[in-house]
Amino acid sequence: MTSLLVIIVLVLLAVALWQLTKIFDLTQVGASSDDSQVASDNDNNVQGYIMFGFLAFIYIFTIYGLLKWGNLALHTPASAHGLLVDNLMNITWVLIFTVQVITQGLLYWFSFKYKGNKDKKALFFADSNKLEAIWSIIPSVVLAILILYGLYAWNNIMFVDKDEDVIEIELYAQQFKWTARYAGADNTLGKANVRLIEGINTLGVDMSDPNSQDDIVVTELHLPKGKKVHFKMRSQDVLHSAYFPHFRAQMNCVPGMVTEFAFVPTYTTAEYRELPFMIKKVANINKLRNEKSAELVAKGGTALDPYTFDYLLLCNKICGASHYNMQMKVVVDSPEDYKKWLSEKTTLAQDIKAASAAEKPAEGAEATTDTASKVKDTVKAVIDTVKAAVAKVAVK
Amino acid sequence: MSAEAHGHDHGHDHEHEHHHKDTFITKYIFSIDHKMIAKQYLITGIIMGIIGIVMSLLFRMQLAWPEESFKIFNVLLGDKFAPDGVMANDIYLALVTIHGTIMVFFVLTAGLSGTFSNLLIPLQIGARDMASGFMNMISYWLFFLSAVVMLCSLFVEAGPASAGWTIYPPLSALPQAIPGSGTGMTLWLVSMAIFIASSLMGSLNYIVTVINLRTKGMSMTRLPLTIWTFFVTAIIGVISFPVLLSAALLLIFDRSFGTSFFLSDIYIAGEVLHYQGGSPVLFEHLFWFLGHPEVYIVILPAMGLVSEIMATNSRKPIFGYRAMIMSVLAIAFLSTIVWGHHMFLSGMNPFLGSVFTFTTLLIAIPSAVKAFNWITTLWKGNLQFNPAMLFSIGMVSTFITGGLTGIILGDSTLDINVHDTYFVIAHFHLVMGISALYGMFAGIYHWFPKMYGRMLNKNLGYIHFWVTAVCAYGVFFPMHFIGLAGLPRRYYTNTNFPLFDDLQNVNVLITTFALVGGAFQLVFLYNFFSSIFYGKKAVQNPWRSTTLEWTTPVEHIHGNWPGEIPHVYRWPYDYSNPNHDVDFVPQNVPMKEGEEVLHH
Repeated sequence: MTSLLVIIVLVLLAVALWQLTKIFDLTQVGASSDDSQVASDNDNNVQGYIMFGFLAFIYIFTIYGLLKWGNLALHTPASAHGLLVDNLMNITWVLIFTVQVITQGLLYWFSFKYKGNKDKKALFFADSNKLEAIWSIIPSVVLAILILYGLYAWNNIMFVDKDEDVIEIELYAQQFKWTARYAGADNTLGKANVRLIEGINTLGVDMSDPNSQDDIVVTELHLPKGKKVHFKMRSQDVLHSAYFPHFRAQMNCVPGMVTEFAFVPTYTTAEYRELPFMIKKVANINKLRNEKSAELVAKGGTALDPYTFDYLLLCNKICGASHYNMQMKVVVDSPEDYKKWLSEKTTLAQDIKAASAAEKPAEGAEATTDTASKVKDTVKAVIDTVKAAVAKVAVK
Repeated sequence: MSAEAHGHDHGHDHEHEHHHKDTFITKYIFSIDHKMIAKQYLITGIIMGIIGIVMSLLFRMQLAWPEESFKIFNVLLGDKFAPDGVMANDIYLALVTIHGTIMVFFVLTAGLSGTFSNLLIPLQIGARDMASGFMNMISYWLFFLSAVVMLCSLFVEAGPASAGWTIYPPLSALPQAIPGSGTGMTLWLVSMAIFIASSLMGSLNYIVTVINLRTKGMSMTRLPLTIWTFFVTAIIGVISFPVLLSAALLLIFDRSFGTSFFLSDIYIAGEVLHYQGGSPVLFEHLFWFLGHPEVYIVILPAMGLVSEIMATNSRKPIFGYRAMIMSVLAIAFLSTIVWGHHMFLSGMNPFLGSVFTFTTLLIAIPSAVKAFNWITTLWKGNLQFNPAMLFSIGMVSTFITGGLTGIILGDSTLDINVHDTYFVIAHFHLVMGISALYGMFAGIYHWFPKMYGRMLNKNLGYIHFWVTAVCAYGVFFPMHFIGLAGLPRRYYTNTNFPLFDDLQNVNVLITTFALVGGAFQLVFLYNFFSSIFYGKKAVQNPWRSTTLEWTTPVEHIHGNWPGEIPHVYRWPYDYSNPNHDVDFVPQNVPMKEGEEVLHH
């Protein structure tokens, strides 16, 4: 409601301004020449000074922004390669700010300095190969350095050596939740396909694959500190993107293919919570939440829970109406805690056995053949459709 | 419309009346005159722009005050999508999607390119009309039809397309995945197919006209930079739009005829779908093969307009005319081999990512050349701060600010963490959204006298520019920070993430700037529509410009020049030429005896 009022006020303000200019125009009647709407010397002067003021606005706004919002940006990376990413980022920022300050400064300073008047004549300065060369070559050299550093970092991050010692974990995306599958003792994930989804086997793991027998399916992701984790990502329905902001890691999950990303976590959740910047950030968030809670309670609602930091996995590719709430908690443990946590989990094979034991065994078997025949039917139907379509085209 | 018709009939010269018999329909509706078609594009573009901007204000309000009740939501979105004035999450995505589609295609492609290519190509190269006036008319009416279809899609039962303006399948292919992927998406695809047909007809016409219909003496190196950019833009359009059409058609096949171009192994709503063997990544390639050149289709014409307006209002030649042409050509070439930088994290081979990082960062070089040339054009000028000049300087400013963050997004390593966050939104809105919009505004203020024979009010123009300039930075500068905090785009609300609670104040600030900036566009609309009828009458060459369009009479006539088409004897930037006393020498003024050419 308040914003509606704000809008109305703004509209009225706009109308008022227009009325003022109208009055201003009416006072100009009599100056019959038709160039009354072309900038006069007076206009040039006034606008020139505003140009200078705007330069000040940009500079001050930038400094204000850096001071006020600078600490909102993601801080210390929680992964090994994150240092590389942040280092390149910082170098790039220095470059960007330097160029930004200089070019905006020149642009608006020239605008102010060379504001026109009737007695002046501009300098006829059409071209200079020397200048063009300078501002082609300098950016080329600077960019060459950035490109090389960028490619070096990219190759380091994206390619996982075959003989590297890694933990294999599958991230499984669906509208609107994440599931993880650990490869178990053999560190090899069993085959899977959405056509095999059935009952509590919600990931479509192929249980006839020997590698699947020790796979573990969980809904909260635990990672050991200091060990490289190799994620294999799948999606069940639409595109999703597995985004771990604190680890500087992201990769899309694509139905029909397996994508991958690997990183080494370097801070356990407990350690990361204790970093000074994080203590400050959480305190600030809780201050804001307390204010909001007071407001809610006054309205008769319930207060918000206080916030403690946890790593998160977010979905970062539009995936449907509830895209904004697709998340999974990520916990980084010490290697010992991680082992302990994992050893307490049951394998998918055990879960399936337990589930089918609870039901009648015969029903389960029937269902399996059902799915298989369904798949066959679908494939046959597709082939028939294509055949019919081809035939139709051929007849035509 | 009738008032306008009336006004024109009055001022109509009797000698023209017997040259051509225009009925109301052939003059104002199915006109084949490029000047009228330009105005049709402009008005349609402005109407679409109003819709697109209002949509953005609505979802900005939701982001600043999540799930709060606003009467205006209920009034505009209805009981289904905003019960009790609270915006529903699926209509939020639809608003985001249609806002993007309308602004990119209907406003900044058709509205900008369509208006100024049509208006300026024949006038500035010295031609009586486009190569094919009839095809030009069809092009506009197909554009109009596609706009109507797009607007119709807003009113279908399940809501309009809501898979994002990039319509990635499978989300856009499966109505089970999101309600907007039903009829809404079908209409979106139909609308885009018609739009592409319109765009191709327009582009072919521009290319043929520029190549064949230049007046005597108008060599390619005497063309104003506006024409160069329109020409190159049209070429990029012809190369890339058909690829989007193919993607749209294949998507229609997947949606309606059961093919599997983009779909494979999908389990949704409790059942396995029959699709097998397709790949959504293929769609991403096809989409961005258009999608990236598209941003240059949007920005290049704005660059051309700005170059022209800056030279005129600096009373100086544009600095480095040939370097400007070369940089436009370089940008055009590179624009077709960088599409993969939208897909670093799509699951394609990381090696491809390296290649696209390399080509993408190369674009910074011709872009830097352009920016420095503009700044040098101002140096030691005699700057005339007409509203068009303000918008041109503003365009250079936002192009630099937005372009610089491209160095981060174009670098695959850095893209990992800012991909699809608000950082991207801040970047592209500044570098191609606001910049192109400024270019369009600059063009409107500058050529309004040519289009309507009247002047826009300069004081309203000043107010319009300065408030817009402050608000544009006010909206998009803070947005970089919430992007660096890791906030993903296209989230209906971030209240589910206490992690992002400290970003909420920034979101309120951004929305406040957006509402103020949006409201002040009313100043422009008032200025525009009232000046069409009541503006000060324009003189023939109000800005004392050198190009040929200002040698035509103020009152529009078929064929542009009453007598012979003027011949061209010099380049378009003879401002403050030391061989002449006046500070501008039009292109149709012959060289004085012994006059030297002072530029390369």
